[in-house]
Amino acid sequence: MKKRLLLAILSAMMVVSLAACAGAAPAPAANDAAAEETSDSEESEEATEDETKTEGSADGTLTGTLKLGMIGPLTGAAALYGNAVTNGTKIAVDEINAISSSFQMEYQPEDDEHDAEKSVNAYNKLRDWDVQAIVGCVTTTPCVAVAAEANNDRVFMLTPSASATSVTEQGDDVFQLCFSDPNQGSASAQYIKDNSLGSKIAIIYNNSDVYSTGIYQTFSDKAAEVGLEVVSTTTFTDDTANDFSVQLTDAKNAEADLIFLPIYYTPASLILQQADAMGYDVPMFGVDGMDGILGLEGFDTALAEGVMLLTPFSADAKDEATVNFVTKYQEDYKEVPIQFAADGYDCPYAIYEALKFYADKNGGLDVTGMSNEEICDILVSVFSDSTFSVDGITGEDMTWTANGEVNKAPKAVVIKDGVYVGL
Amino acid sequence: MLSYFINGISLGSVYAIIALGYTMVYGIAKMLNFAHGDVIMIGGYMAFCSTAYLGWPAIPSVLFAILVCTVLGVIIEKLAYKPLRDASSLAVLITAIGVSYFLQNAALLIWSSNPKAFPNMVKFPNLVIGDIQISSVAIVTIIACIIIMIVLTLFTTKTKMGKAMRAVSEDKGAAQLMGINVNATISMTFAIGSGLAAIAGVLLCSAYPTLMPTTGAMPGIKAFTAAVFGGIGSIPGAMLGGILLGIIEIFAKAYISTQLSDAIVFAVLIIVLIVKPTGLLGKKISEKV
Repeated sequence: MKKRLLLAILSAMMVVSLAACAGAAPAPAANDAAAEETSDSEESEEATEDETKTEGSADGTLTGTLKLGMIGPLTGAAALYGNAVTNGTKIAVDEINAISSSFQMEYQPEDDEHDAEKSVNAYNKLRDWDVQAIVGCVTTTPCVAVAAEANNDRVFMLTPSASATSVTEQGDDVFQLCFSDPNQGSASAQYIKDNSLGSKIAIIYNNSDVYSTGIYQTFSDKAAEVGLEVVSTTTFTDDTANDFSVQLTDAKNAEADLIFLPIYYTPASLILQQADAMGYDVPMFGVDGMDGILGLEGFDTALAEGVMLLTPFSADAKDEATVNFVTKYQEDYKEVPIQFAADGYDCPYAIYEALKFYADKNGGLDVTGMSNEEICDILVSVFSDSTFSVDGITGEDMTWTANGEVNKAPKAVVIKDGVYVGL
Repeated sequence: MLSYFINGISLGSVYAIIALGYTMVYGIAKMLNFAHGDVIMIGGYMAFCSTAYLGWPAIPSVLFAILVCTVLGVIIEKLAYKPLRDASSLAVLITAIGVSYFLQNAALLIWSSNPKAFPNMVKFPNLVIGDIQISSVAIVTIIACIIIMIVLTLFTTKTKMGKAMRAVSEDKGAAQLMGINVNATISMTFAIGSGLAAIAGVLLCSAYPTLMPTTGAMPGIKAFTAAVFGGIGSIPGAMLGGILLGIIEIFAKAYISTQLSDAIVFAVLIIVLIVKPTGLLGKKISEKV
């Protein structure tokens, strides 16, 4: 009898949980309806606010409070990136709020654990909070998923670091602050060629990852174009990312004088360790995913000595903005900021500058209570404007193309004595 | 060629040492302990914590990991598997998967999923023969694997406890009638299996030094494959299966394709099971279904 009761309860629970699954699909629709409602009510509010706006229009200033959301992996395998971004973004938001008393940003970070599904959940959470613009997502795969939703809902997204072209392809409202993968791959090849870092290149990439595959493709195209010889190309997947002896032996046998690693830092740390165990000493060149390797807990930084990586930011730069940021970051978080922190720092500024740019041209702007559609249209028009440029710590004179890619000059750093040094 | 072979053996010996734990528990308790991979991960974290945070030297921290995992194994057995002793094997299997997820998520809570770089516990120089380098970790792993295999074989054939284990594996009911404490015997099996998992965890993490809550999952599945390959329940079979699996994986990567290596490994498994359903060294047991 007891057993039967238990069975009944269990099956009831199953049914409920299944129903919850099925419920997930229509949920966004319900959300949309809710969103429309709020935007409707906001529009009516807007009507009343229009009067205040016309009052404020004379001086062309930016006022109001912007609800800025952020999505990134605050826990999980890529947590280092997400935390760096949100730390940087937080500093920028605080600074912006300190500069101006009439314009404020409210900041809300959400965790996605570098998982597409969880990222969409985080996005829906931000929608419930009536988010007006989003910094994110930090990593590519979740970003593609969220960007598709955000394009439907007309929420402006500026990703600090999701670099695949598939991110910006999701819609006209998605912009990148970092290089796109094609830019990273081709810029790496160009950089290696220009600085004669190697002539026989081995590549090890993760073919179960969009990011890695994207960079690999543009790198090999560009390498062929500029005359770099690719002597060994090997792959791994997320499931086979522990033994790299074959890939390294292949590179060694092909007498590669540089290994290009368009991968994240966790497998890269294994590659460095195994190359060392094999007694194979060869320069390695990574891209932004390599950033963070020095922060890996317990990692022997001596292994990373001489590793080069393409990055738009180096913490040892001497310009005033970088020095200020690095000092502030070290005060707050007791560590040297990585590139992701700098990317995160530049994002709120880019949005702030864009809103100011619009306010200047259109005689003032009050963002309080504006719907995400309106903010989105404003930001898209400004970011697509070729006369709009931002000076950030990840690059001066950043401009954007209408399809969302950023233009700025590539820089590279090398790891010396456990810190990044400009090349 | 030779260096690929050596790489294959060293990867295979890691699989073999994990497979020994699987096969031991399966052989005696007749259940697939899918949580084995995660006990390995816990063992890795224990060794990591005692060296990195407490500054212990290698040997005590390995012993500490073994102790914690042994206790953990017994607790898991008592709480999760013992109440299901008379339930269908499917129920036990699902419970094991549940325990596996529980351990992974508990580790996620305690240590977060930031990967940790495992300190090198094997501080011998690499063995160099001509052009060939054999890493010290690989040598230690292979030796440990052989020693464990021999000790386990002796234990199950010569000691009283071992004989009791084999009796339980043949027929639980009859063993009980002969005055064997079946529950104590199965607990003992889990204790040994989990202790082995701790050693496997330290060796796995020494060979591939990133430690995450999911570290044990994929090697666990591969090692299970190895155990089936060699004939599940057979101790030398697990060793043979593990090493063959490692060699096949490395050769498939080196000579066919780095992209297809896993597909090839599992294709070989399927072929072996079609030709010899009990695995390479498996005994033919006519089982009543």
